[in-house]
Amino acid sequence: MRKTLAPYLLIAPSLLFLAVLFLVPLVQTIRLAFRAGQAWSLGNFARMANDLNFSDAVLNTFRIVLIVVPLQLLLAIGMSLMLRHIRRGRDLVLWIWSIPLGISDLAAGLVWLAILNDRGYLNSALFDLGLISAPHSYLTYETPAALLGAIVLAELWRATAIVLVVLVAGLQLVPKEYAEAASVFGASPWQIFRRVTLPLLRPSIQTALILRTVLAFEMFAIVLALGGRNMPVLVSEAYNWQYANQDYGVAAAYAVVVMLLSLAATLVYLRVLRTPPEQLA
Amino acid sequence: MTLRRGIFLSGVATLCAWTLVPIWLIALGAVGGRAAVDSWPKSFWPGSASFATLGSFLAIDGVWTATLTSLEVAVLCMIFSILLGAPAGYALARYSFRGATAYRLLILLTRAFPVGILALPLTVSFIRLGLYDTPVGVALIHAALALPFAVLVSASLFQGIPRELEEAAWVFGCSRPRAFLRVVVPLALPGIAATAIFAFVISWNEVFAASVLTVRHRTLTAYLLAVLSESPLHVQFAGGLMLIVPSVVFIFLVRKHLFSMWGIANR
Amino acid sequence: MNRRDFCIRSATAAAGALLGQTALSPAARAADLVWLSTQLRPIEEASKVRQVILKGAPVQPVYVVDEPAPFTVRLEAELKTNHHTTSLIGALHGELQPLAPIGGLAPLDDLAARLKDRGIPDKLMALGRFGTAHQLYIPWMQATYFMAANRKALPYLPAGADINALTYDQLGHWAANIAAKTGRRMLGFPAGPKGLMHRFFEGFLYPSYTGGVVTPFRSPEAAAMWEKFAAMWKSVNPNSTNYNFMQEPLLTGDVWIGFDHVARLLDALTHMPDQFVTFPAPAGPKGRAYMPVIAGLAIPTGAPDPKGAAALIEYLTQPATQITTAREVGFFPVVNAKLPADLSPGLKLAVSAINATQSAHDALPSLLPLGLGAKGGEFDKVFLDTFQLIVLRGGKPAAVLDRQAAVLRKLMVEAAAPCWAPDAPSTGACPVL
Repeated sequence: MRKTLAPYLLIAPSLLFLAVLFLVPLVQTIRLAFRAGQAWSLGNFARMANDLNFSDAVLNTFRIVLIVVPLQLLLAIGMSLMLRHIRRGRDLVLWIWSIPLGISDLAAGLVWLAILNDRGYLNSALFDLGLISAPHSYLTYETPAALLGAIVLAELWRATAIVLVVLVAGLQLVPKEYAEAASVFGASPWQIFRRVTLPLLRPSIQTALILRTVLAFEMFAIVLALGGRNMPVLVSEAYNWQYANQDYGVAAAYAVVVMLLSLAATLVYLRVLRTPPEQLA
Repeated sequence: MTLRRGIFLSGVATLCAWTLVPIWLIALGAVGGRAAVDSWPKSFWPGSASFATLGSFLAIDGVWTATLTSLEVAVLCMIFSILLGAPAGYALARYSFRGATAYRLLILLTRAFPVGILALPLTVSFIRLGLYDTPVGVALIHAALALPFAVLVSASLFQGIPRELEEAAWVFGCSRPRAFLRVVVPLALPGIAATAIFAFVISWNEVFAASVLTVRHRTLTAYLLAVLSESPLHVQFAGGLMLIVPSVVFIFLVRKHLFSMWGIANR
Repeated sequence: MNRRDFCIRSATAAAGALLGQTALSPAARAADLVWLSTQLRPIEEASKVRQVILKGAPVQPVYVVDEPAPFTVRLEAELKTNHHTTSLIGALHGELQPLAPIGGLAPLDDLAARLKDRGIPDKLMALGRFGTAHQLYIPWMQATYFMAANRKALPYLPAGADINALTYDQLGHWAANIAAKTGRRMLGFPAGPKGLMHRFFEGFLYPSYTGGVVTPFRSPEAAAMWEKFAAMWKSVNPNSTNYNFMQEPLLTGDVWIGFDHVARLLDALTHMPDQFVTFPAPAGPKGRAYMPVIAGLAIPTGAPDPKGAAALIEYLTQPATQITTAREVGFFPVVNAKLPADLSPGLKLAVSAINATQSAHDALPSLLPLGLGAKGGEFDKVFLDTFQLIVLRGGKPAAVLDRQAAVLRKLMVEAAAPCWAPDAPSTGACPVL
């Protein structure tokens, strides 16, 4: 009896907290998405889907998430393995690599704007190297591919650290003895990584992927700082409808779509990267 | 071997530069004033560093009060999110129970739904609860945003601590809570500290809730946001630097906890 | 273990202390009058409000600035819960508009009667009624949009063009000329996410070409206008869709000719007054249309200190305060007040362009949208979407206008908003022909 109750007691405080502070406004907002005046309706969703930016916003959102998240995972795995092999100054390196953790997307947008605008540091460097003779534009509606690249760069710069820290925290729990034992039996470094480290890292990878994907669906301050109106994403459209167009219903509809996408991605991760029961028990 | 080491070290150095150089560049924009921001081609070294723009930020009325509010909110958020998140993380890691997946999804909702869209009902709720325009109120909503991190990160931490250790303690007569405190907590503490750092940083950087839910008790980020968006570019860069520096310093101050995660692996 | 206990204890203690403190703080501060403003937000301007403009005010308010987005949310929430912290609000006509139909603005008819001697023009006072019987805001400051050009652009002016009497065709030739001779597109518009491009369409381009905004939305004149504007856009800097404030690219020299709101140009003018010339927006076949910008002062329904707020409004609309405001932050008086001659060179540039706009022989004032209530944002969207579809995506004007006219028609019917000038007056919702 106690055994079955314990987990519920442990999650109860956070549940109560979320119910009072978060679920009430959430339910009200979701309800708003399905209302038109006094009646239930899908009108807000129809308006959303018929808007000229909707399909672009969906496509752009997916493009960014599908490029950024896998790259971040690879980069962070590489970085966390590198950390294991640093002999001196590891603390310093880890500190430097975790600096972006503290940087908001607002500030990150400004940082990359300073680099990538027409008179920015990238153009200055290219000019100093003699590669260009006049400023080159990267962030306009005429250069969508460069703009996407810029957003991906900024996102990689800002948000890889969070994946890194989650992985490093997980990696410290993988005993070095396992790898040493494997290497005694003649396993190559790649084999050790594939067969020993990676499986043990699975819970951390799952956590990191879930957090990162959900946050990547939410990202818009960088997109707005770099791309202005040129690269609508779902969340920036939601804010547009809420604040510029003052239509809370359509904004709520966008937010519901974002939420469903995030939840779907999370369910996929939970299923695909399930921790095998033997590891749990 | 030395060649491999060389490649390895230059890889590490490249990644360090990749993190640091952009910050250096925005700092140039911040101290160079308008002249540096408007110049072309830009210099990669401060010609005449002037702290006039940065100084004008520090001289704004209320910027120090806002900084204190920010600290207060961030510390509270840290405390709330650990107190609420760590037990839940333990439950997810150690028990398989009905509703565990639903619970995971529920806490993710706080991040999966854009907070700005919740602004109106959230503000209404906060006014009704008497939390409107108070640091505690902002800290609570920030804790809700930090909760998925707290729960999921601590869950994966607890998951990584072998159950056998805990079971051994039960065998030696420790009660379950006691075994948890004596065996699990010391092992998990560094990770928990890292979670707390997340919570602090999330709170420090959050803008929307902080600006909608307060009038007089603005956090620094919210305070700056209200003045930033209509300011010229060099002022924006200075503001950006102002937002970056405190959290970089904070991460530096608490690096021990971030790094002690490494201490264990080195045993 | 001890550590953990300590943690918990200090946490609860801290929380308790804070809760106690916050329970006290509203009472302790109840005497403060909060003035919430979406205007004069940048650091320097906000400091000037606190230190210069409010010096000598009968009540010293807490001046809090807010972006327009949280501003509306906050006031709606305060209204919904009937818990008010704000006593005075200062915002643009368009930002106050959505608060009117939900009863968020207290009627100020008595105050308006008391301010009769200020000499605020009737047309401006009428805007503050939003088409209702009550005065819902008192005009506070005014401004408009005009154009600024770098002196380097002047040699490329088409032959015979007078910069103070430019037409849209001449502006197009001018920009095309610069692009052909320098290889750079140097005309700029504030079409970024926070830019005011929609006002250019609603208050300048449309009325100049069609003599109206809503009624002739899809007229043949409008189709021809879009055709021409799309052609002109070929000489427009492609970064325009990122520009929120034209003062930035004007100062850096990325743009030589720019159109924007005075407050969003002023920085360039005051910083390099010798480098720029200012002039009215161009004219089209129907005249030189321009849109005034009005910021108003209002008292929210249920304000904690309406008396203090009213006293502040009286103070802020005094001619002396209005002149100080113009001198310090570059917004112009709404009352009968003569600006002093010793303005700064940047302000003088602004004043001369505004005077030239208002006194042009072909001037065609185009009012801010009226009676749209909460639909104001969607009205702007109709124009921005049309721009995006025709100019940025190369859509056929006639087809796009047909599609967008349907949206506009539905919106006008839902808002039940009658036409405003320069559209001909209508009975009932303003028709889209």
